[in-house]
Amino acid sequence: MTDLLANLGLGFSVALTFQNLGLCFLGCLVGTLIGVLPGVGPIATIAMLLPITFGLDPVGALIMLAGIYYGAQYGGSTTAILVNIPGEATSVITTLDGHQMARQGRAGIALGIAAMGSFFAGTVATLLIAALGAPLTGLAMIFGPAEYFALMVMGLVFAVVLARGSVLKAVAMILVGILLASVGTDLETGQERMTFGLNFLADGVDFSVLAMGLFGVAEILRNLDQTETREVVRQQIGRLLPGRAELKQAAPSVLRGTAIGSILGILPGNGAVLGPFASYAIEKRLAKDPSRFGHGAIEGVAGPESANNAGSQTSFIPLLTLGIPPNAVMALMVGAMTIHGIIPGPGVMTKNPNLFWGMIASMWIGNLMLLIINLPLVGLWVRLLKVPYRLMFPAILMFCSIGIYSINSLPTDVMFIAFFGVVGYALIKLGFEPAPLLLGFVLGRLMEEYLRRSLTLSRGDPMVFFERPVTAVLLLISVAMLALALTPKLRKSRDEVFTEA
Amino acid sequence: MTPTFTRRTLSAAGLAAAALVLAGPVSADTYPQRPITMVVPFAAGGPTDIVARLVAEQMSRSLGQQVVIENVSGAGGTTGITRASQASPDGYTIMMGHMGTHGAAPALFKGLKYDPAKSFDPIGLAAGTPIVIVAKKDFPAADLKAFVAAVKDGGPKVNQAHAGVGSVSHSTGILFDSIISAKPTLVVYRGTGPALNDLMAGQVDFMTDQIVNVATQITGGTIKAYAIATPERSPALPDVPTTKEAGLPGYEVSAWNAVFAPKGLPQDVAKKLQDSLAQALADAGTKKRILDLGGTVPSAAEQGPKALQALVESEVARWTPVLRAAAESGQ
Repeated sequence: MTDLLANLGLGFSVALTFQNLGLCFLGCLVGTLIGVLPGVGPIATIAMLLPITFGLDPVGALIMLAGIYYGAQYGGSTTAILVNIPGEATSVITTLDGHQMARQGRAGIALGIAAMGSFFAGTVATLLIAALGAPLTGLAMIFGPAEYFALMVMGLVFAVVLARGSVLKAVAMILVGILLASVGTDLETGQERMTFGLNFLADGVDFSVLAMGLFGVAEILRNLDQTETREVVRQQIGRLLPGRAELKQAAPSVLRGTAIGSILGILPGNGAVLGPFASYAIEKRLAKDPSRFGHGAIEGVAGPESANNAGSQTSFIPLLTLGIPPNAVMALMVGAMTIHGIIPGPGVMTKNPNLFWGMIASMWIGNLMLLIINLPLVGLWVRLLKVPYRLMFPAILMFCSIGIYSINSLPTDVMFIAFFGVVGYALIKLGFEPAPLLLGFVLGRLMEEYLRRSLTLSRGDPMVFFERPVTAVLLLISVAMLALALTPKLRKSRDEVFTEA
Repeated sequence: MTPTFTRRTLSAAGLAAAALVLAGPVSADTYPQRPITMVVPFAAGGPTDIVARLVAEQMSRSLGQQVVIENVSGAGGTTGITRASQASPDGYTIMMGHMGTHGAAPALFKGLKYDPAKSFDPIGLAAGTPIVIVAKKDFPAADLKAFVAAVKDGGPKVNQAHAGVGSVSHSTGILFDSIISAKPTLVVYRGTGPALNDLMAGQVDFMTDQIVNVATQITGGTIKAYAIATPERSPALPDVPTTKEAGLPGYEVSAWNAVFAPKGLPQDVAKKLQDSLAQALADAGTKKRILDLGGTVPSAAEQGPKALQALVESEVARWTPVLRAAAESGQ
């Protein structure tokens, strides 16, 4: 305990220098802005800003880059809530209830609760990293390919639970998502699958392209289709920040979301992706009246947003203690550290205590700054909704196109968002939800990879999924949840509740 | 790199600058007039990207224009290299190729739209990244000889990890298997990170990879190294013997990085780029950073365009039979 305090003391003494505070603020601000812009994600931004950090000392540079990363997570939620475009896989869920809240004129409340929940989650996750970072890495070692496969199966079952429409349609969407994920070069053999000889499909469909098309462009098409409702959204702005009753309603969700997100974030195999989905599914299960979900339930924003932020913080644990980047942004952070002469790995904590504890302290400071930056901005963002739609939709389309082009510099990516936009519009018209499709897409690729890897390691013996305790338990939970979702009585009420008239 | 070489490069650059002043506004002499794009065919943050960024920063200084990194990843780096090879050869698009894109690619990718030896004007070798043979920390073998014997005897019972078709760990791993004539089970990962994670957890037995990716794990004791595949030991891992010392002299391999331009570059533009790259590598700070990563900085004799052209040709000749044979036997 005294060690922890001494370490945190060291961390704060590093993070609270004038220069590092400034860099942290700059990172958070830039992160928030690029997070808000649809398409321009943290990966492109960090890659672009990397050369600028050459002149800085490594600690300052990394504090700034980390600020961009979690700033973008905050900003991404703003776009998800306001214009229904999830910037990353982790904010897909936020669109479900967050955007509904915005349509009901409660955008400010949604943004406020997202910011506050994220701050709370960030604080807890920072403490968790500081106190348990090193011992928790053991958890990463327990999770082999078979465990990850079971985790992904559980994630897909969540997708069935959280869908708004009929079970059948949700399952269909998940399967389409998995199918889309299998487009591209086969990992093990290098053969191309379902690319139809098109070069740009060799690396598969990009998540941002799919998300921006299915959500962003499709949403625009739908709005252009129904001008009246759009006007209603514009006129009702409502209160800017959540009140006491709303905070009380959201608090338990924030707590649960934080716990779920923190645990899943520690897993280096991209477990953080599941955090918001798991949180949403649990909130919906626990709710007295699950029918509110998908129609602007505050718990559906508070829980997943907290899980999202907690996960994005704790995903620094595998990076800092093992040197294993759990996702693409973290891989870029590894590069940034390496360029600055610090190679992340088991030695960082002892060899560069300044860097390690300084970054941890700066995470908390960064979360505080994000709250300070974001709460006043809520008013501004909400006012953005007042912009006439004929001005707003070309702007959104333009930002989407620029953003997507900036990721891979591929013109085909821009054409693809248009394509998926039309597909998304058709799906909405036919009553299919795009969220399960996206979840199937994200998890499908991981699931296939883990399944094949487990079977390679077990030499084709499927018993590997039942012999290992963690795997067996996760699969049992999945079966139980699926059974519950399919029970006739439950399904009947579910269909009544979820199929929109 | 020797001090004389540094001086020579500097004076060459000085002459070039003087020529520029004297000659006035003739187009090639005024190159570069706008930022230069360096295509890196891998995601930002990987070993090739890091070398590219270190070199580009220095080249920007001597060229007087920004050298901007553009990451175009995909298909083992061939997507980015294909695109850059089709750019106009005016010196404003250059690329950071590596052992895979300019050595192993023709054997791995059937419809490859470029020829490593013919579609490019080589600028120069930038850095070498030694390959290290690493295994899970409790692998029973005490030294490389015992390890090789264990991998051979184990046959398909031994699990070898690699980071995907076309990755450095894939081609160098297959070369290793072919040299020791072993047939372990290949376990494929999407990138080095997850592969290393499973190696640390003991899910897989061994892999071969670039020193940058594995050095801290080795010094941290989470995995162990049997040998480094270079003629000399690396200062980053002084305790790890070379393959020659450890009794496997045939396995010498490095994931080199080199700068190329599309074929047809005007000679004076090529010269400027070559000098600028040589100057960047002579810079003490850049050199130190590359060495700190465990990389090697090529000597003046290895560095220039002629040496690079020869290297590319010898690498294509080396990888093609090994990788084709492996593909035919179903690996």
